[in-house]
Amino acid sequence: MPELGKYAVEVLSAYGVTLLLLAGIVALSLRRDARVRRLLADQERRMGRVHE
Amino acid sequence: MSIWDYANPKKFMQTTDRLLPFVAVPAGLMLAAGLLWGFFLTPDDYRQGATVKLLYIHVPSAMMAINAWGMMLVASLVWLIRRHHVSALAAKAAAPVGLVMTLIALVTGAIWGQPMWGTWWAWDPRLTSFLILFLFYLGYIALWEAVENPDTAADLTSVLCLVGSVFALLSRYAVNFWNQGLHQGASLSLDREQNMADVFWYPLLVCLAGFVLLFLTLVLLRTRTEIRLRRLKALEARERMA
Amino acid sequence: MIALLARDLRLAVRAGGGFGLGLAFFLIVTALVPFGVGPEGGTLARIAPGILWVGALLACLLSLDRIFALDFEDGSLDLLATAPIPLEAVVAVKSLAHWLTTGLPLVLAAPVFGLLLNLPGPGYGALVASLAVGTPALSVIGAFGAALTVGLKRGGLLLSLLVLPLYVPTLIFGAEAVRRGAGGLDFATPLMLLAAITAGALAGLPFAAAAAIRVNLR
Repeated sequence: MPELGKYAVEVLSAYGVTLLLLAGIVALSLRRDARVRRLLADQERRMGRVHE
Repeated sequence: MSIWDYANPKKFMQTTDRLLPFVAVPAGLMLAAGLLWGFFLTPDDYRQGATVKLLYIHVPSAMMAINAWGMMLVASLVWLIRRHHVSALAAKAAAPVGLVMTLIALVTGAIWGQPMWGTWWAWDPRLTSFLILFLFYLGYIALWEAVENPDTAADLTSVLCLVGSVFALLSRYAVNFWNQGLHQGASLSLDREQNMADVFWYPLLVCLAGFVLLFLTLVLLRTRTEIRLRRLKALEARERMA
Repeated sequence: MIALLARDLRLAVRAGGGFGLGLAFFLIVTALVPFGVGPEGGTLARIAPGILWVGALLACLLSLDRIFALDFEDGSLDLLATAPIPLEAVVAVKSLAHWLTTGLPLVLAAPVFGLLLNLPGPGYGALVASLAVGTPALSVIGAFGAALTVGLKRGGLLLSLLVLPLYVPTLIFGAEAVRRGAGGLDFATPLMLLAAITAGALAGLPFAAAAAIRVNLR
């Protein structure tokens, strides 16, 4: 752990918030992708293979 | 073989399917390396103390906040001129990522401003411009959500993106005129030797690359989601008709 | 085109809200501000330029959704789109009608509201001049926002979200002109920049708005 001096709270909270937000957008994107993927797979199975 | 081939959704899906891991993995590695390097291995600035470590997230996120809008502008133009659906969907996919980048830049800026300027928020030109940019992202996303017909939504948001870009630039200069700021000059410029020592510069470069790659990864991923969603909607419509 | 202008003006007057509503809203905003910040004259004088401009902006926003909404609902917008005059001109005329019913009354009434907020003497010229130059931009930008949201059922709130960021440059230069005027300084520079924005908006936005309407009518 590096010595952060009197600014420890600021630096750590900034890194924390950033990582949280980045993880949030990545997680949301992945979850939505998985959901759409599943729905599309269901739909395609139900309808049989359909041409583009 | 030209770049327009990738405007074919099928071709785009095939290519990005193979491409995505080669973007995502370096993105994660660069980001981890840059942030760890910046956090653990760089010295404190003699004036700013440990807060100089915020540089490695504040500057790249601010840069990507602007570049994301630029990418949306280009994608919107491509949609309006050449009517490639993938382009419109890429613009849609990029907006939330840009919004998050803007938010990170604003939040880290506020946290940095507290100890350095003695205030969380100042109506400094760059802070203000970013707040306005944030509002533009919100409006753009809200318009996408509000319009039901996807082609109509793509057209309207593209027009909004064009007009918004002009007004965002105008706001930038208006805000400069309105208030001289606390911000230091640009940290990223060609004569950077004058601005920044190498110890800070190299990890920053790695972080910048990491943010660019992360943005690219997310946009590719989200565009793929949008394409699948579009196909799903089309299939559902066909099922209803049958 | 003149017939269209006359029709829009007549409709606005007959609807009752045309001239009155925006002004009444402006009056309420200026009357509420002293309750919020206290009746002390010096404070009011200092914030008066900003309050007056923000008030004008909000009053303008209030009637934006009616620029195209009624014509869209009863189908006359479809007729206008196929009429011999270009849709861009229709947008321009409708913006003009909106300005005549909301912007112009604001310009004329602004000195009275300035009085209420204790605006210093030299500021009145700047106030009237900046509003006269700036409010047409508000109407045209608003018409663009209204064109984007015309087909939507709940477009009102979205309209504000889309339009208000676009108002930022106008607001900055307008309020800056009044502030300089009120301080006894030369306000020509912000006024000219404001005029540039208005001219640019008048020249460009009718095309963007007409494009948006065509998309919405498709």
